Amino acid sequence: MKTVSYVRTEMLPQKEPPASTTGAVGWMRENLFSGWFNTALTIVSLGFIVLVLSAVLPWAISPTWSATSLGECREILAALGREGHYGGACWGVISDRWEQLLFGFYPNGAVEGTSDLRWRPVLALVLLAVALAPVLFADKVSSKVLWFSAVFPFIFPWLLWGGTIWAPLAALAGFVIGWLVYRAVSAAAGSLAALIAGVVAALVWWLVLSGLVTGVLDQILPIGLEPVRSRDFGGFMLSITIGVVAIACSLPLGIVLALGRQSDLLIVKALCVGFIEFIRGVPLITLLFVASTLLNIFMPPDTNFDIILRVIIMATLFAAAYMAEVIRGGLAALPKGQYEGADSLGLNYWQAQRLIIMPQALKISIPGIVSTFIGMFKDTTLVSVIGLLDPLGLSNSIRADAAWNGVVWELYGFIALMFFVVCFSMSRYSMYLERKLHTGHKR
Amino acid sequence: MTTLTDPPRQAFRLSQLIYDTRYRSMTIQVVAMIAFLTLIGWLVSNTAQNLATLGKEPSFGFLSEPAGYDINQRLIEYTNQDSHLRAAFVGLINTLLVAVMGCITATVLGVVIGVLRLSKNWIVAKLMTVYVETFRNVPVLLWIVLTMAVVTESTPHPREFKGVETGAIVVTNRGTYLPEPLFSRGLGDAHLFGNSSLRFDVSLDLLAVLVVLFGGLWASHVVKRRADKVQEATGKRPTTWYLRLGLVLVPLIALLVALGFHLGYPELKGFNFQGGTHLRNSLIALWLALSLYTAAFIAEIVRAGILAISHGQTEAAAALGLRPGRIMNLVVLPQALRVIIPPLISNWLNLTKNSSLAIAVGYMDITGTLMGITLNQTGRELETLLLGMLIYLTISLTISAVMNWYNNRVKLVER
Repeated sequence: MKTVSYVRTEMLPQKEPPASTTGAVGWMRENLFSGWFNTALTIVSLGFIVLVLSAVLPWAISPTWSATSLGECREILAALGREGHYGGACWGVISDRWEQLLFGFYPNGAVEGTSDLRWRPVLALVLLAVALAPVLFADKVSSKVLWFSAVFPFIFPWLLWGGTIWAPLAALAGFVIGWLVYRAVSAAAGSLAALIAGVVAALVWWLVLSGLVTGVLDQILPIGLEPVRSRDFGGFMLSITIGVVAIACSLPLGIVLALGRQSDLLIVKALCVGFIEFIRGVPLITLLFVASTLLNIFMPPDTNFDIILRVIIMATLFAAAYMAEVIRGGLAALPKGQYEGADSLGLNYWQAQRLIIMPQALKISIPGIVSTFIGMFKDTTLVSVIGLLDPLGLSNSIRADAAWNGVVWELYGFIALMFFVVCFSMSRYSMYLERKLHTGHKR
Repeated sequence: MTTLTDPPRQAFRLSQLIYDTRYRSMTIQVVAMIAFLTLIGWLVSNTAQNLATLGKEPSFGFLSEPAGYDINQRLIEYTNQDSHLRAAFVGLINTLLVAVMGCITATVLGVVIGVLRLSKNWIVAKLMTVYVETFRNVPVLLWIVLTMAVVTESTPHPREFKGVETGAIVVTNRGTYLPEPLFSRGLGDAHLFGNSSLRFDVSLDLLAVLVVLFGGLWASHVVKRRADKVQEATGKRPTTWYLRLGLVLVPLIALLVALGFHLGYPELKGFNFQGGTHLRNSLIALWLALSLYTAAFIAEIVRAGILAISHGQTEAAAALGLRPGRIMNLVVLPQALRVIIPPLISNWLNLTKNSSLAIAVGYMDITGTLMGITLNQTGRELETLLLGMLIYLTISLTISAVMNWYNNRVKLVER
């Protein structure tokens, strides 16, 4: 009997993979040079990057932060031997005017007899962050902060525009009065009658009584902030004000419009479809023209309302129409079984919407909602066309100054960077939210 | 024995209007209608009152008055003695011009960038991501004014071309000059709409060229369909490329020779260039900015569309032995198009609406003429804005009607 001469009893240790497939070299072979076409693409891209950087970097790195005029910039650069039109960037314009780009002509105490009020927009922005925190990061921030979020819409305009403290308090009181009336009547006469009574009471308060009460209280106890005129608003403060208010108001309005468009009620549906298609069919700039020239003609004679408010109204309507379409997409994407399930549980229309339909529909439409928000914030630059001083409008008036006549790239670059930071963070947040709300099975 | 009796009939009570679901929807609709009509009535009465105070009677008579302003970039003839309506028409054509040019370039760029963003080449994919994020997160108005600054500041003044041999294309800070197609034995123009404000001329040469070109394309398509049939029947594909190429090119070249086609080159005369097709900087800046901006959005749509095709399709195609390029052309893209087209068209719509920002760089589109200078000169805010909005609305609704028609055509037929 023959015996097997040699049988290996233990495995050999695994060999290292070939050096050309691991590490940086392997990665480059795999991802950058895996064929002649890929290699060509890589070389062209590298060439492009080098070209752009070699054009921009020497220009951007220029020690002109302290210059106070374009001429001074040129002198600094000439001393370094960098002559010519594109010798270097003139960053002095940013360090000289960044406050104006952020706050516009908001009182900064430069004029005799006025005080520096710019702490108010700053505080408003900080409080905005606080008010948004429980909404944006619901799992990390205590929900008690939501009380502050509810009050914030009344603080925000008061901080920015100033005036007596009784005006925002009176506006807030309207809601309290309406709610109290609702509570009182609903015990006696059913919820529908109570709702109507509550709304009527609040409207009576706002339209008739609140003005009188505010006036009297202001006489007795004049507490308030120094008022600021709308035409002093400008810069990113203006963009953020218009953007935040339009975004906040357009979401509920958009939901209502989307529900109206999906409804069985023929007239309601026709009105919603007409509104949405009209707004989506015309450019925002024409709506802003309407705000600046026509809106006063539509209102009763002698009403004179603020240009920023008019722009905000138009921007809100504009964003709401787009929002309605986004949410309608979310509603349409829900399986019919969800609606039928809600019906079979005996929920009525509003209960079904609140508990079953909307949470899912809104979750599906998060990417669309956020991109509408981003679009709205970017569109606030259009107000420069009707003469408001947003960052782009300000960049024109800065160039009109003799000291900075001819500065283009530095200003546009700075404005673009600010918009990029805000919009990019919004889009990253929407991705985070999508991941967090993704409760289905991950593959 | 039981007898069937009708349930007791209740008399109609007013409260049923609210509490009975059979009647409630009627109540809501009537209330909504009344509220809407009240709102409209209120707005109209306010407007009438305000206009009466201002002493303005709403009328469109101003449209036939002479406009009195010049429009430098235009496709149809116009002088400042023409009417406001004519100026608005020139503006409308300018809007359509930049919109069509922008849609074409944005789509081409967007598709290329969207596909490249999915490339396996790391550096190309990252470069395209940077492009998309940069353009999507900065306002389009900023891109427009920035591009305007680029084209005016970085291009040479015409006088720098003095004594220099200029090529076919001249780029100056007053605009770009392209060679102009000329016909020495041309057929002339057809004058449409006689002497009215909407009159315009159609070049018969261009018309003839287009007819011959599309005829050739159609003939080549017929040849291709026959080749497909032969391939399906016999498994062998006849070689047809020279026939198809000839069908398109030979009649076209014959026609161009017959018409005496030649190019007119721009020449420096005095302080400026003469001849050639002159594209002003405002048009170029607007066109470039809108194309680059919209291309970023289209790239994302194309990428999403390609990613939406399940991996199994690609793998099955690879199992059939198709090469990567053919997998993309024959399997992935035809299916992805169904996902891509609707948002693509809505982006074309956005581009058309964004072209109204032309006013920021002084390109005279419908916003710049009708809702800009005409409004300021005549003071007719209500009429000009209404008319302008109506025009934009018509363009938008037409494009969405086309979109719905296409959607219905390519929709997957399900059970």
